[in-house]
Amino acid sequence: MNKVAVIDYGMGNLHSVAKAVEYVGQNVAVSVTSDARTILDADHVIFPGVGAIRDCMGEIRRLGIDEIVAEVIRNKPLLAVCVGMQALMDSSEENNGVACLGMVSGRVRYFGNAQHDSDKGAGSRAGELLDVDGKRLKVPHMGWNIVKQTDKHPLWSDIEDNSRFYFVHSYYVELGAQEKASGITEYGVPFTAALNKGNIFAVQFHPEKSQHSGLQLLRNFLGWDGCV
Amino acid sequence: MALAKRIIPCLDCDKGRVVKGVKFLDIRDAGDPVEISKRYSDAGADEITFLDITASSEGRETTVHTVEAIASQVFIPLTVGGGIRTLEDIRTMLNAGADKVSINTAAVFTPEFVREAAERFGSQCIVVAMDAKKVSGAGEPDRWEIFTHGGRKATGIDVVEWAKRMVSYGAGEILLTSMDRDGTKSGFDLALNKAVSESVSVPIIASGGVGNLQDLVDGVLLGQADAVLAASIFHFGEFSIPQAKRYMAEKGITMRL
Repeated sequence: MNKVAVIDYGMGNLHSVAKAVEYVGQNVAVSVTSDARTILDADHVIFPGVGAIRDCMGEIRRLGIDEIVAEVIRNKPLLAVCVGMQALMDSSEENNGVACLGMVSGRVRYFGNAQHDSDKGAGSRAGELLDVDGKRLKVPHMGWNIVKQTDKHPLWSDIEDNSRFYFVHSYYVELGAQEKASGITEYGVPFTAALNKGNIFAVQFHPEKSQHSGLQLLRNFLGWDGCV
Repeated sequence: MALAKRIIPCLDCDKGRVVKGVKFLDIRDAGDPVEISKRYSDAGADEITFLDITASSEGRETTVHTVEAIASQVFIPLTVGGGIRTLEDIRTMLNAGADKVSINTAAVFTPEFVREAAERFGSQCIVVAMDAKKVSGAGEPDRWEIFTHGGRKATGIDVVEWAKRMVSYGAGEILLTSMDRDGTKSGFDLALNKAVSESVSVPIIASGGVGNLQDLVDGVLLGQADAVLAASIFHFGEFSIPQAKRYMAEKGITMRL
């Protein structure tokens, strides 16, 4: 039995990712949980997240999820999704600056103008984010975009390079120089769509909403033993 | 390398059954939203919108189960609209597996609801749906007003101003329906779409009036829509989703093929 824990810290919809794992997995038991013992007992751990980073980080710290995640990545594979990926970084520009977990070096930046306050809603004061033809791009970055694979990580197994995945976000990860991107996407700027570090694989897009390619990535994750 | 424009089929459901009819030759149950959603997803739909027109509260229980069933089999984004009036309604739909909810009438009567919803659940899952009708006369500059009750009641609210306000309250996307065009198959109201799309930073879904594939192209290229929503042209099998996507791609639009 492959035990999968989806970390629940009260932020948004975790059912989609749990359902997608149940759909692709053979002989899997999925728990959506914040219980330390259940998470540490799992074979594979998923760290999702939606919504504003300040609220996410507040709940992550209040529930002790920060310590659990630190323990998880010492000995088993972790898949971080969307705001879960952003939470792993040093800090985010969102909500006037929020310190994150610092497990991967780098920061989380806003698409377009840095002068903003996301408390009043995503994109309400978007700067002029432009594509290569000078056309104005909408924020949030919402929809299916191309992910260029930059390594041969096992999570890309059987997924064609430049496949499209579903994104919905207004902030993106800018990796520290010593870190490794696994996938790059362009939206006005090239940004880190996927990264890996030891037992961590993190994606900005939503594999659970990315149909065949996303389901294949989840299937690959269930078969990945991590790097230790 | 670019973000693809989206095609979103819309299912109108009453007590868990698709109404307005769907005509696929090889489908067993044309009223089953789960089977139809799966079919559209397999055909390459970029998202699904499920519009609940159920009036009774017992019926709405059924809707929740339907959303759960769709979400456990269809792995593309799912938006649920119709009767979303409280934070509890939103929570129920998200827990059932919806990725976004679409708020229409409740936003008009209680605009603060949109702010609360975006603060609680995040802008990424809050779509504000707007039913617009042109109110300017011939020779006057274009002006559209928000209508409620299926286009029967005027509110006096200017559509462009309303869109800006809803985005400032945290709407992450706008579903813009032209009540003048809805059901006419005469194409989107392109001027309406362009006016709203240029005024706000968030994506716009054009809706109302699609009669052929060129209408979808015009919605994106002339109406500056980020996504196009259609029901009848797909339901009745006049055009398939792959056919629509290929046609749009041939006209130079980036699509997920």
